[in-house]
Amino acid sequence: MAAQIEATAARPAASARRARGRRPRGGGIRGREAAAGWLFTAPAVLMIVVFLVVPILMAAWVSVSDWSGIGNPFGGGAHYVGTRNYSALLTQGGLARQQLVQSITNNFYYVLLVVPLQTVLALFLAVALNRRRLAGRGFFRTAYYFPSVTSTVAISIVFLFLFSGSGVVNTILGDLGANGPTWFADPNGLIHLLLGVFGVHTPPAALANHGLLGQSWWDWLSGPSIAMTVIIVLSIWTTSGTFMLIFLAALQNIPAEVEEAAIMDGTNAWQRMRRVTLPMLRPTLFLVLTLGLIGCWQVFDQVYIMSQGNPSGTTLTPAYLSYLTSFGNQQWGEGAAISFLLFAIIVVLTVLQRFLLRERDAGR
Amino acid sequence: MSRHRSYRPGGLRPAARIATYGSLILFSLIYILPFVIELGSSFKTDADATANPLNPIPGHWTLAAFHELAQQDFPLWFFNSAFVSVSVTLGRILFDSLAGYALARLRFRGRGALFSAIIAVMAVPSVVLMIPKFLVLNELNLYNTYAGMIMPLLADAAGVFIMKQFFESIPPSVEEAARIDGAGIFRTFWSVVLPMARPALITLTVLSFQGSWNELSNFIVSRQSPSLNTLTSGVASLVSGQLGQGNQYPLKLAAALLMTIPVAIVFFVFQRQLVRGTQGAVKE
Repeated sequence: MAAQIEATAARPAASARRARGRRPRGGGIRGREAAAGWLFTAPAVLMIVVFLVVPILMAAWVSVSDWSGIGNPFGGGAHYVGTRNYSALLTQGGLARQQLVQSITNNFYYVLLVVPLQTVLALFLAVALNRRRLAGRGFFRTAYYFPSVTSTVAISIVFLFLFSGSGVVNTILGDLGANGPTWFADPNGLIHLLLGVFGVHTPPAALANHGLLGQSWWDWLSGPSIAMTVIIVLSIWTTSGTFMLIFLAALQNIPAEVEEAAIMDGTNAWQRMRRVTLPMLRPTLFLVLTLGLIGCWQVFDQVYIMSQGNPSGTTLTPAYLSYLTSFGNQQWGEGAAISFLLFAIIVVLTVLQRFLLRERDAGR
Repeated sequence: MSRHRSYRPGGLRPAARIATYGSLILFSLIYILPFVIELGSSFKTDADATANPLNPIPGHWTLAAFHELAQQDFPLWFFNSAFVSVSVTLGRILFDSLAGYALARLRFRGRGALFSAIIAVMAVPSVVLMIPKFLVLNELNLYNTYAGMIMPLLADAAGVFIMKQFFESIPPSVEEAARIDGAGIFRTFWSVVLPMARPALITLTVLSFQGSWNELSNFIVSRQSPSLNTLTSGVASLVSGQLGQGNQYPLKLAAALLMTIPVAIVFFVFQRQLVRGTQGAVKE
């Protein structure tokens, strides 16, 4: 989407021309133009206000209320409870906080794997497709991009089939002599499993007895569960195509002479990639990482269809938890509060990422 | 010497060539194979799909899954999806191009502030809006109605942005000529500017149709009635096993296949435009 947004990106020349070309006219025309301006923008603005701005204000009220889904939350059906919902989620050691912390842990590992892997894969595919004199470029590009245009619901069904107990993936693993797990029923964390390979099955006391926000360090360090790993694979598979197209567009904007000059200077392919191509792709890389980060903290559809947070809550994400808490358990105040916390997480991380990447620019 | 020999514009050493094509083909298999298996398995019997998941060719071809879907609510879901997606697409084309044109061309007080506000709104993640949307639909008595399913998707700041940027790229001389000839503002917009905006309108159409056809969360929070299920919400309910016994993979895969066809058609028809659209993407 954002790719398309930038697609028709601002052309300063055009607006400059307009400013010069049009001199202010008589008040009557001006007045008519102003009226038309408001009239033209009215429908779009009305929709945005009614279905975006007002709802956020309503949800802000609900997040500090005790609305339980009965009666009108804006007319006596709900009472002001201050920050109770937020403190239940953040400071009190109950189920609410335990679930939220678990969902954040899950989503954190999801982001940690999906964002770098999809970016690297997209970049790799784009670089491979950008070679000159490549046969079948159009075919490959279509093949990689097609999953991005299909619905998550359809893709999720296909993946449920591929990763079912006796499904495609386990059949292949079986042919290779390995025993595939029961993917969607396996809550074991990847890092825990890896430690198990080295004989660490029980947590050291230091990790088991201490923790943060009511979750032990051992549980923080579980890694994504096997079930979550399938969702991670699905996400990388579906979104890498979009980002590949964005990278491909950027690569095609690098003039051929730049690469040729680097070749004449006697650089090898890897040096050119690191010293020439990557620095020139920096703005694109930033765009892809930001879009990836924002999208990954919103993972909902896949969880809703494939796992509903199971097994043992290891595929819960904040987005799904807020849905479950409000629509499922009718605790609307708490659900809305989770939404706002998620919003805060996304904003903070985006700003942080921006800061980190800018910092390095300044050092250059 | 060898350094100089490696300079071959457009050429690749044989090893690099094999590695490039090898990995491109391997990845295209990874991207295509799931769809091939989806296609083949939807013509299988339940037992066949479970016993031979990897082989995409059915041992015994059957249309049972499709017959079963036809008897379920599937045709209704299809109609709902089509109706909602077409309405959203038409609405967005009209609203976004009107607003985009005004923000690009018409001078009025507050235009800059309005545009900044629209940009700010774009940054709100859609998942955060699930509960808020439900609250407002409930309040307006639009919950469980087609209008309630369509209207929230018409709030499309990104589309306004696309159209504004496009209109700014059109030279104003043409509309000025029309205005001098006495055409009113709306007439100039409708019969002179809008026809020139065809590329942007195609992009907006494809994105809107695809987006609303594939939309799930909006239809989870805006309706409850089974008769208002769209393909996404309806098929999602199939997965949670409302049909009872067995895993019924052929049925689910057939549903997934059928719901993919319309977006696939749109994709293949407009692919060239879309790819070109993205290719201007990161021009600075």
